[in-house]
Amino acid sequence: MSDKVDFIIDGEEVSANPDQTILIAAEEAGIYIPRLCAMKDLVPFGACRVCTVLVNGRPQAACTQPVASGIIVENSSDKILKIRRTIIEMLFVEGNHYCMFCEKSGNCELQALAYRLGISAPDLPYLFPDRKVDATHPDILIDHNRCILCGRCVRASRDLDGKNVFQFVGRGLGKEVQVNSSAKLAATDIDVTDKAVGVCPVGALLPKRVGYRIPIGERLFDHNPIGHEIETNIHNSSVKE
Amino acid sequence: MMKYSEREVKEICSAYSCDSSRMMDILRDIQKRFGCVPEEVIDLIAGQVDVARVEVDSTVSFYAFFSKTPKGEVVIRLCNDIIDRMNGSDVIAEVFSRELGIEFGETTPDNKITLEYTPCIGMCDQAPSALVNEVVITDLSSDKVRSIVKTLKETGDPLKLVSRLGDGFNAHHLVKSMVHNCIRRKGKVVFAFADCDPNAGLEKAISMSPVEVINVIKNARLRGRGGAGFPTGMKWEFTRGAEGNKKHVICNADEGEPGTFKDRVILTELSNLLFEGMTIAGYAIGAENGILYLRGEYAYLYDFLASVLNFRRKKGFLGSNILGKPGFNFDIRIQMGAGAYICGEETALISSCEGSRGDPKNRPPFPAQKGYLSSPTCVNNVETLCCVVRILDKGAAWFAEMGSMGSAGTKLLSISGDCQSPGVYEFPFGISVRELLREVGAINAVAVQIGGPSGQMIGEDDFDRTICYDDLATGGSVMVFGSERNILEAVKCFMDFFTEESCGYCTPCRVGNVLLKRCLENIIAGKGEPSDLDYLKDLGETIKTASRCGLGQTSPNPILTTLQNFRPVYEALVHEAKDGCRPSFDIHAVLKDAQNITGRKSVYF
Ligand SMILES: Cc1cc2nc3c(=O)[nH]c(=O)nc-3n(C[C@H](O)[C@H](O)[C@H](O)COP(=O)(O)O)c2cc1C
Repeated sequence: MSDKVDFIIDGEEVSANPDQTILIAAEEAGIYIPRLCAMKDLVPFGACRVCTVLVNGRPQAACTQPVASGIIVENSSDKILKIRRTIIEMLFVEGNHYCMFCEKSGNCELQALAYRLGISAPDLPYLFPDRKVDATHPDILIDHNRCILCGRCVRASRDLDGKNVFQFVGRGLGKEVQVNSSAKLAATDIDVTDKAVGVCPVGALLPKRVGYRIPIGERLFDHNPIGHEIETNIHNSSVKE
Repeated sequence: MMKYSEREVKEICSAYSCDSSRMMDILRDIQKRFGCVPEEVIDLIAGQVDVARVEVDSTVSFYAFFSKTPKGEVVIRLCNDIIDRMNGSDVIAEVFSRELGIEFGETTPDNKITLEYTPCIGMCDQAPSALVNEVVITDLSSDKVRSIVKTLKETGDPLKLVSRLGDGFNAHHLVKSMVHNCIRRKGKVVFAFADCDPNAGLEKAISMSPVEVINVIKNARLRGRGGAGFPTGMKWEFTRGAEGNKKHVICNADEGEPGTFKDRVILTELSNLLFEGMTIAGYAIGAENGILYLRGEYAYLYDFLASVLNFRRKKGFLGSNILGKPGFNFDIRIQMGAGAYICGEETALISSCEGSRGDPKNRPPFPAQKGYLSSPTCVNNVETLCCVVRILDKGAAWFAEMGSMGSAGTKLLSISGDCQSPGVYEFPFGISVRELLREVGAINAVAVQIGGPSGQMIGEDDFDRTICYDDLATGGSVMVFGSERNILEAVKCFMDFFTEESCGYCTPCRVGNVLLKRCLENIIAGKGEPSDLDYLKDLGETIKTASRCGLGQTSPNPILTTLQNFRPVYEALVHEAKDGCRPSFDIHAVLKDAQNITGRKSVYF
């Protein structure tokens, strides 16, 4: 394509399609911008704010901000890293995250991001909320303790499965994911093969009877930090031309 | 509780053509009719309008005025903003509680009366105040409360509570409200309207081309009065130029910033001016549809405003071929809100108009490109639209001459708190805080909150600064605090407000504000350490930087601006921990749950 857009991210020149977001353009250039709510095949959401970058000095969510010619993007300055750490810590203290015995451990994006950003334990005070578990469905479990309100299940169910099984209710700290039934998950039309079941970045929405199946050492983030695959697998499209 | 009937639910949905974008109206009618929106009714509505029931649930659960559990036939909502507290709302609360025999959040055993708190209802100039269903009760006293409760117990009719009517159109038979306008100072732009010909601005507008109208607004250097101060002409130009053949004008009458009430007065006294302004905007932008988004707290003005719209339709000021101009069609409907401050944020307001929870939207696209129902939309504040009319009538130069350098024209200020004459004042931009305080009779002011909780708290050192976009910007809220006031109590009140009103969409605002508030509470309780002040500052800056919309981008301001301007107040409260333990850490509180479960006390603590 002729009308490529050039911009700079962390001093590196990147060429992108004009309709791309900063997050995707960076990714294709082999630059990883940490994210939690953003996921391939899901519409950008802009909720977790982990992908916050500075664009010409102004904070923006890289997952929703389109590229523009000549912009200068800061993705790994101390200021940005500090903001990201604080946001990740906020997510930890907002819920009840018991990594040491969570079946998602090693495959969890929240945990992996904490490690990547050098957080071993949050400095922020825990809120210890009282949250529920919905184990009514024969094949699927919801543990609200571990939910980070990223909205991936909401979008996947609506846009990929065509079902609308999930939506947010409430507001502020009382906001939570609700299922499409006045009863519980078992009363919805969700199926364990739905895309929505597989998109949860944490251990909040889990298929049953497969926990701990992958031995330690073979889990997603056992050997390399999250984002490693992006940083090592420079996409063809950005090298072209 | 009233038993719901399936037939009635269906009728209500049909009244709005079972259109999911009219969900707010459907839910308001349901809530009014049945006193709640229970689970079964959510199912029925979802079936009628053909959306997932969880979508309906999502909207119901978002707004303070909707409830899934039954409330009393009468709901008393006592305003608990800082100004009301300074005027004694705590005592009022006690009397309400005692007379009704219930706590806040409870309903009387006969299911007749519910007692609740609500944030600012736009009556700080006549505080303490309350909403009783849709009826506004102002200047509350203990005696008044006793007679209110008596009347409600006897008649169950909130309208019976209005004995003396307010001034101006507050006394109109469609308003019948005890609210007073409290217009204290009339300036040359908005409040000078009474002396002008109706529709003079609109007539001038349609004698020009839409692009010429936009140029007049640009030359007048009019900037938005709702808070953000965006140049109005430019916003109109973007909306006009955006692709899409359906366009919309929305007037933002959500007026939710605590301490603001100037739009209330415009809506009461100058509704024709406002609707004329919206019509001019429609002409300039090329929009045929207008929406007035009216905050739920101002429902008492609904019938009156609807009648003004009808009057304008009859006169040919709205509808088809307006004022005989062929092809110029424009009409306005009123969209009621339901108790959510965030809906004043323009993209959240659009979500709400579309029948959804009031989540702000991602930008881009901006409303001017893709707003209401994905069409180009221009959102303007009530006062902005009034200025528009006067600019067209009197000319851009006339307007641009008033005010200060970057801030043309006048500004309506809602002034409340420790002053002799709280009310609405229209001043040219550029007036200093000191002059302002003199004018309102604030004799011993030590602090002034400019722009509401999202603005800044300034002290005496800053009283020579001026009200304008380049110095002290404000949507209109000015709260005055005298020397006897506890600044941190105000800050705490503001943080309570933001944590209540955060939509919860993004992490920093949802979680961060709660953390700020907890730390502040510790400090106020004498359990703070000096390092907490740096923590507050750091966390506050992060929330401002990383939040998704204007709410989170300003919500730490009460703490950050008082840390800057009133630091000694904080310093006097914090102290180094002596024993190496955090004073805010209470081991007994932490162990309580575990001790309850095990049934025994810790050996050590
Ligand atoms: C949390 C929040 C609340 C707001 N509340 C209001 C409001 O009540 N009224 C208003 O006119 N603008 C409010 N705004 C500003 C609007 O987003 C928008 O800028 C304004 O309505 C545009 O109109 P204007 O350009 O005429 O000022 C609010 C913004 C935020 C972030």
